[in-house]
Amino acid sequence: MKTFTYRTATDVAHGLEPGATFLAGGTNLVDLMKLGVATPDVLVDVTRLGLDEVADLPGGGLRIGAGVRNSDLAADSRVRRDWPVLSQALLAGASGQLRNMATTAGNLLQRTRCRYFMDATMPCNKHEPGSGCPAREGDHRNLAILGASEACVATHPSDMAVALAALDAVVQISGPAGERTVPVTELHRLPGDTPERDTVLEHGELITAVDLPPLGFAARSAYRKVRDRASYAFAVGSVAAAIQVDAGAVTDVRLAFGAVAHKPWRAYTAEEALRGRPATRESFLDAADAELTAARPLRDNAFKVALTRNLVVSVLEGLS
Amino acid sequence: MDLVVNGTRRSVELDPRTTLLDALREHLGLTGAKKGCDHGQCGACTVLLDGRRVNSCLILAITLQDSSVTTIEGVDHPVQDKFLEHDGFQCGYCTPGQICSAVGMLDEVSKGWPSAVGDAELTDAEIRERMSGNLCRCGAYPNMIPAIREAAAR
Repeated sequence: MKTFTYRTATDVAHGLEPGATFLAGGTNLVDLMKLGVATPDVLVDVTRLGLDEVADLPGGGLRIGAGVRNSDLAADSRVRRDWPVLSQALLAGASGQLRNMATTAGNLLQRTRCRYFMDATMPCNKHEPGSGCPAREGDHRNLAILGASEACVATHPSDMAVALAALDAVVQISGPAGERTVPVTELHRLPGDTPERDTVLEHGELITAVDLPPLGFAARSAYRKVRDRASYAFAVGSVAAAIQVDAGAVTDVRLAFGAVAHKPWRAYTAEEALRGRPATRESFLDAADAELTAARPLRDNAFKVALTRNLVVSVLEGLS
Repeated sequence: MDLVVNGTRRSVELDPRTTLLDALREHLGLTGAKKGCDHGQCGACTVLLDGRRVNSCLILAITLQDSSVTTIEGVDHPVQDKFLEHDGFQCGYCTPGQICSAVGMLDEVSKGWPSAVGDAELTDAEIRERMSGNLCRCGAYPNMIPAIREAAAR
């Protein structure tokens, strides 16, 4: 591991000097430092800033502190009752040990597990811009089918972020230039020509909280994840969904897909296709197809199109 | 820096790159926690940090000023007797991590924390899911499950 200096952050707005990075639970960053993929000169520990509360918002939402541990958020009785998709997504990810360290903001900001990104000796436009992307012709079975570019076909690995994208959660950001908010659906970027940037955050900006707005019908919501083994693995495909049905018709719906793109993929096209339609298998299939016509699978990951389609149908049938 | 390990305050001088696992094994002489993968994928390094199970290989020791760490050397829990009774291991390399993880997991269950399987009865499926962060290359899982189930019942 490259040498670095360490200090604890004392203020959310102090920002970062060049070469510095924030450290929270460390479950991804410390690993990437061991691998030589992350090489910060300075680590600024933000775990003592007191951002570890889940507070009620006026009007019925929740403000989830950036430092709230994934295990605490998954067990929160309000989350389990009113936004079960979020608790389920958290519990579908990682292991008990990792969830005890991993934080809300750290989960959002974790890096792709693309094997070429994780290997400092390989070319990768994410860790070395301009060096190329071996994944397009190489091992891409679990990489993107939506929104990828010539430069990068990585997927975002988070389960939690997929649920937050479906729930219209909003990220609270603090930095030297002040405070701002960004919807979770707009936090992560598509790779385009600059895959080295995962998110729209500027250097030194710190996520301080994630706001979860009230969504009455999210009490009927679910997360379903498919992976290569029974537990403790990243998704090969996943769907977060909430649906409201009245007299057999879909009156409102939220859908997001995981493991298919550089960001949690909010399925707006499928949602639009479903509103007002009968809550039937045929409607769910049509909606999934409407979203997935944009899919551009690679040689070895076309199975993800059918997998995601099947997940949409099974999750929505289970909820309605 | 100061670390409280198994109830005793220990002072240790560390390079900032030192993980908690290396601090325990190489600087404090506590070799019970094992280095398996060193990437948070196997669970052999599991210890209890302020009572919660964590992967000590992914935590920089320097971040733990005044934290309390319990390693297998400091664990005294019925799950240990049950592992012996049920022969819940073969080579033993993953066992300290399995036991620390089981102790932390049983505490999580007693607090009502849910899992991806459920949140009520500690069925075998629940135990498998909740212990999925600990791998055993000998495949001693079938005997660990009754050991943990019976320890939970005590």
